[in-house]
Amino acid sequence: MSGGVAPPGPLLGDRALPSSVDDTGALLERGGYVADRELATTVHLALSMRRPLFLEGEPGTGKTEIAKVLAAGLGRRLVRLQCYDGLDLSAAAYEWDHARQLMAIRLAEAAGQTDRELLARDIYAREFLKTRPLLSAIEPSLPPAVLLIDELDRADEPFEAFLLEVLADFQISVPEYGTIHAETPPVVVLTSNRTREVHDAIRRRCLYHWVDYPDAVRERAILARKAPEVPAALAGEVVAFVQRLRGEELFKLPGVAETIEWAKALNYLGRTELTPGTVEDTLGVLLKYQDDIAKIRGVEAARLVGEIREAIPVS
Amino acid sequence: MSAAASTHGALAWNIMHFGHLLRRAGLPVGTVEILAAQEALTHVDLGDRLQVCTALRSVMVRRHEHEEVFDKAFSLFWRDPEAVRQAAVMALMAGEKAPKRRPDPASRRVAEAFGGPRQSKPRTEQEPPETDAVLTVSERERLQTMDFEAMSAAQIGATKAEIRRLVLPLDLRRTRRHRPDPSGGETDLRGTLRASLRQGGDILDIARRRRVERPPPLVVLCDISGSMARYAQILLHFLHAVANHRERVQIFLFGTRLTNITRQLRHRDPEVAFQMVAHVVPDWSGGTRIGEALAEFNRHWARRVLGQGAVVLLITDGLDREGAKGLAENMDRLHRSCRRLIWLNPLLRWAGFEPRSQGIRAMLPHVDEFRPVHNLASLRALIDLLSRPAPARTASLWRIAS
Repeated sequence: MSGGVAPPGPLLGDRALPSSVDDTGALLERGGYVADRELATTVHLALSMRRPLFLEGEPGTGKTEIAKVLAAGLGRRLVRLQCYDGLDLSAAAYEWDHARQLMAIRLAEAAGQTDRELLARDIYAREFLKTRPLLSAIEPSLPPAVLLIDELDRADEPFEAFLLEVLADFQISVPEYGTIHAETPPVVVLTSNRTREVHDAIRRRCLYHWVDYPDAVRERAILARKAPEVPAALAGEVVAFVQRLRGEELFKLPGVAETIEWAKALNYLGRTELTPGTVEDTLGVLLKYQDDIAKIRGVEAARLVGEIREAIPVS
Repeated sequence: MSAAASTHGALAWNIMHFGHLLRRAGLPVGTVEILAAQEALTHVDLGDRLQVCTALRSVMVRRHEHEEVFDKAFSLFWRDPEAVRQAAVMALMAGEKAPKRRPDPASRRVAEAFGGPRQSKPRTEQEPPETDAVLTVSERERLQTMDFEAMSAAQIGATKAEIRRLVLPLDLRRTRRHRPDPSGGETDLRGTLRASLRQGGDILDIARRRRVERPPPLVVLCDISGSMARYAQILLHFLHAVANHRERVQIFLFGTRLTNITRQLRHRDPEVAFQMVAHVVPDWSGGTRIGEALAEFNRHWARRVLGQGAVVLLITDGLDREGAKGLAENMDRLHRSCRRLIWLNPLLRWAGFEPRSQGIRAMLPHVDEFRPVHNLASLRALIDLLSRPAPARTASLWRIAS
C-alpha cells in the first residue's frame, strides 16, 4: 500500500542499473552470459524504460538464464513463477488464509465483538494474505526483485489477462483489501517457447526479443564459459557439427543447452575428436525425438562429420 | 541526456514516418509504439546503427515473423543519415522498387508500403501477371461451379443460422479454474467467508463452486486442391463460422503449400474474409501433396498450436498426387502430437471413391475418428452429421471406410 507512482530516475536497487548498452553487456558477461549486441541493447532498454522483457525462442537458447544472470548482476532477489495450465490467482499472486480468518472470527465472537465494519477490516488484514510469487515481487516491504515469469505459453489465457495489471502498473488489486503497489518496480522477464501464441495485449506491454540460436563464434564462446573443461579442439568440432545439424530438416533442432550437454558428455567419455561412431553413440544427448535420431544416424552422421573434417583440418 | 533533445527534432518526425511505413507494410504499429520508440532512442547511442535498429525493433515488433519485414524496412528507410528527410527517402524508394530481383514477400510488402498510401491497387499490379490471372480465374471458378450460386444476403443469413446449430463432436475438457455454482461439488471457502461477513461473521450458507469446462483448442487443416474445389465455397463458410464462433481456433489451408488463414478468416464479414484469404493462398485448386503439407505443419506449427490438448480436424479426400510419399510418417507424428485427430472425408461415393487408394490407406490407421461426409453439398446434412455425438472408438476403422 505504498505511495502510488514510483519516483522517476534510476531504480533504488542494491546496485545501480547499467547506464549504457556496453555496461549492460558487461553485466551479462560477468554473470557468465555471452550476449550479442542486440540482446544487450534490448535488456538495457528494458532496464532503463522499466518495461517487461518478453523473450521468445526455441527451447534451450538461454532465455531463463538471462533473468538469473540479471538478478545476480543487479544484486536483486530472483522471484520465479513457473507457468502451467490452470495456474490461478491463488498459486500465482496471493491467497487468503481461510483457516486463520475463521479462527479470528471465532475469537472476535468470544470477545463479544459484533461491529461488522470493524470485523471486516480485521479479517481482511495484511497478515491473513498469503504471498505468492507475483505479490512477492512487488511487495514494498521486501528488497527489489527480478520477476521471472517462465514459459508463459504453458499457462492458459485467463492467466494472461490477470498479468496485464501487474505488467503495466506493477500493482495487484485484491478486492477485499486494496491495491498493492511496488515501491521499486521489479525487472520483469517473461519467456515463451511458442507452444501457443501469447496474446497481443501482453506483447504490447513488453519489449520483444527473439532469442535465436547463436552463430558459431558465439556458441564457442558460450561453450568455453559453460564447459571450460572441454578441450578447445573438441569444442570447435562439437559447435561445427551442431551448427550443421541445425541446417537439417529435423522435428526438434538442438539448442545451446544440448550443445553444452553433448560437449560435456563427449569429454566425460574421454573423446578428443568427433568420429561417426562417437556421434552415433551419443546422439541421444543432442536429439530428443526418435524420428530425428533415426534420420541422422548412419550415413547422415558420417557425412556431417566428413564435412566438418574438411572445414576444420585436423592439426 | 543530450540525446533526448535531438530526439524532438527531425528524428522524432522520422520515427513517426518510419512507423507509418511499417504500418503500411502490414505491421501493427500504432501511436503507442511510435511514442515508445521515441523513448527507447533516448536510452541508446544514436551513433550506433545496431543499437538504434535493435531499440526500434524491440518496441515496434511483437512477433518473430514480423522481424524480417522490419529489418528490410529499417535498412531501406535509414539507409543514409544525410537522406533521412522523408521526401528524399520516398524518392529513393521509388527507385528501389523498380528492379524485380527480390522475389521474397517481405521486401515486396515493404516496397509496396513505400509506394504510397494507394495500397491495394498496386499490390495486384506488382504481382507477376500469371499468378494474378490464376488467382482471379480460380476465384471466379470457385464461385460459379458451386452448387450454390453466389449467395444472396438472405442465403448468407440462412447459412449462418444453420451453422449456429453446429456442434462439433468435441468433448469438453475440465480446466483447473473454478466458478461459483450453488450445486457445485466443491466448497468455496473464500466465497463462504465473504458471505459470512455480511451476517457479522456467522456462517449461514456454504458457498460452492465447480470446475469450468471448456472445449479444447481446435486446429483445422483443410485441403483445397483441385479435387476438393467443388466444396470450397461451403467449406469456407464452414471455416469462417468455426473461426468466429469459437475461441482458440487455428485454420490452415493446404494444396501444395500450407497457409495459415486464421487472421484473415477472423474478419466478421464472410465475403471480405474470403477475399483476404484468396489473396494469401497461392495454390487454389492445384495439386495435393498431403504428406508434404503435413510435414510442414509438423515442423513449423505443431508445437505452437497443438498445446493444451488440441483437437485436429483434417478435411481432405486423401487423394495424394505424390503417391502418398511421407504421408504415413507425418500422419503418425501428427496423431501423436494432438489429443484427437478427426478426419472428415467429403469424397462422394460416385466420384470414384477408392478405399484402397494409397493416400487413404496411409492415413487411416492414424486417425481417431473417420467421418465420410458423403453429401457436403448440403450444409444441413453436414451440420447434422458433425453435430452427432462422437461414436465410441471402433476397433476396425476399415469397416467404416469401406
